[in-house]
Amino acid sequence: MSTVFLALQTNDDTRPLIEAILADNPQAVLREEPAMVKIDAEGSLVVRRSSIEAILGRPFDLQELQINLISLSGHVDETDDEFTLSWAH
Amino acid sequence: MDMKASKKKLGLKERYAHLTRGLDWETSYQKMDDVFPFDKFEGIKIHDWDKWEDPFRLTMDAYWKYQAEKERKLYAIIDAFQQNNGHLGITDARYVNALKLFITGISPLEYMAHRGFTHVGRHFRGVGPRVACQMQAIDEIRHSQTQIHSMSNYNRHYNGMHDFKNMIEKVWYLSVPRSFFDDAVTAGPFEFMIAIGFSFEYVLTNLLFVPFISGAAFNGDMGATTFGFSAQSDEARHMTLGLECIKFMLEQDPDNLPIVQKWIDKWTWRGVRVLSLVGMMMDYMLPKRVMSWQEAWEIYFEQNGGALFKDLARYGITIPKCVEQVTKDKEHISHQVWSTFYQYGGVAAFHTWMPSDEEMDWLSAKYPNTFDKYYRPRFTYWREQEAQGKRFYNNSLPMLCQTCQIPLVFTEPDDPTKIAYRESDYQGEKYHFCSDGCKEIFDNEPEKYVQAWLPVHQIYQGHCFKPDVDPTAPGFDPLAAVLDWYNLVDGQDNKDFNGSEDQRNFAAWRGMATRND
Repeated sequence: MSTVFLALQTNDDTRPLIEAILADNPQAVLREEPAMVKIDAEGSLVVRRSSIEAILGRPFDLQELQINLISLSGHVDETDDEFTLSWAH
Repeated sequence: MDMKASKKKLGLKERYAHLTRGLDWETSYQKMDDVFPFDKFEGIKIHDWDKWEDPFRLTMDAYWKYQAEKERKLYAIIDAFQQNNGHLGITDARYVNALKLFITGISPLEYMAHRGFTHVGRHFRGVGPRVACQMQAIDEIRHSQTQIHSMSNYNRHYNGMHDFKNMIEKVWYLSVPRSFFDDAVTAGPFEFMIAIGFSFEYVLTNLLFVPFISGAAFNGDMGATTFGFSAQSDEARHMTLGLECIKFMLEQDPDNLPIVQKWIDKWTWRGVRVLSLVGMMMDYMLPKRVMSWQEAWEIYFEQNGGALFKDLARYGITIPKCVEQVTKDKEHISHQVWSTFYQYGGVAAFHTWMPSDEEMDWLSAKYPNTFDKYYRPRFTYWREQEAQGKRFYNNSLPMLCQTCQIPLVFTEPDDPTKIAYRESDYQGEKYHFCSDGCKEIFDNEPEKYVQAWLPVHQIYQGHCFKPDVDPTAPGFDPLAAVLDWYNLVDGQDNKDFNGSEDQRNFAAWRGMATRND
């Protein structure tokens, strides 16, 4: 199974995102690098709006990811509720 | 950031459909083939443009909103960086030379990418790719602008960044990145998408914008870190566009496979060659190193690119032929390129230097199979020469590769002591190449590459002097005349970092920042 990844800037906006992603994806591995994190995951990685909102305590539009996203790999599937990376078809 | 999530009436997918497909129409006064004259000649067969689906589903209204937010963040940081003399917080002034290479060699490419995407954003007959390419065209001009703005603060204080627009058209090593984009924008729209959207964005830009920019953060350069990550946040979208374009072509018609494969092979190799400059920046130009070029290569090309090619195998795509060679080359190229710039530091718009003992030990640890055996002895010799007041500058002009335009400095994949030379004959003339990859690209399209503007040939033909220069005058110094034409000041913008004005100024200013004398 191939790995997908999501790289985010590290700042106050992304801390709750990273927390939600790690909680929702037990297979995910966090790599901390200067000014950024890279989250690697076997097969797929999902970012859930509901999990982020639960931590933030406010409504969150998943497209806000655009602001702090550095890079990614895998096929993207984006809906209002989930942003998914995977190599599945 | 404080943005209110709006109450949605339509879902993301419906909004995307209305704001892309819903805005397109079939022309009736003019034939579609006349309106879109360029999207068939390359031989790519498309039967249903509606099968194109941009995975990001970003619509123009959301695009403006998020890009504006990125810009506000970036410019607030640039202000703070300038107001607080942020340039004095970098590790040491050698670091600025990586930025010089960036502003002269990379930022102009962003502008060319803007032009390229504006062109293909007009010429695809499907509305999905047109909208996505338009957004990318705006991103690309934003990247060139934000890079110029971020680095203008350095330009006030350091040499060599004063005339990048002129230099990209003239300076010998800048013809390497420039020819890459010239090659891409003069191809058809589908090949351009493979060249830039796929090979450059998906397979290769991670290596520039992720580990190198993370390295900028490590070296205290808040300005570059911010423009780099701000640009790379757009790249995530660009990567998915490149990947979508590949999948779309391969799914539309089986006849597209051999054409796409040839482009993937060509542009992967073209990109690998250009990135050898980034390899040198990471291993030699960041005083505080974050990871070696080889490590970055393994993460972002071998693991990430490998996963991608494994995925594309179901369409019949095979891993580019060059991968076998680049796997061997990754232990060598950064050292070979730095050796070249060290020797030719007299005609470069940035300073070069020999690594310190501590830096050589780091290189030995990162390159256990190659550094001590092939490169440390050479560097030690050059350091001895410099200590004796005989800093080595190579004043001869090297043979250039007709395709990638890099001097023939790379070695045979299986013999690091032997320079690789390849050649082809075409219409009675001999053409020279650095590698099998570059020779093959030429052999597939010789009529294109014979037109290359090769800096060394141009110098020999007398095209690289100012108009009033007389090369027959007694005591004529061709190298000085070329530097003058480049708009480089000898002894100020070029040569060794040791003894440079940059080195003296940085030491003096940093002293002033911490003392009251």
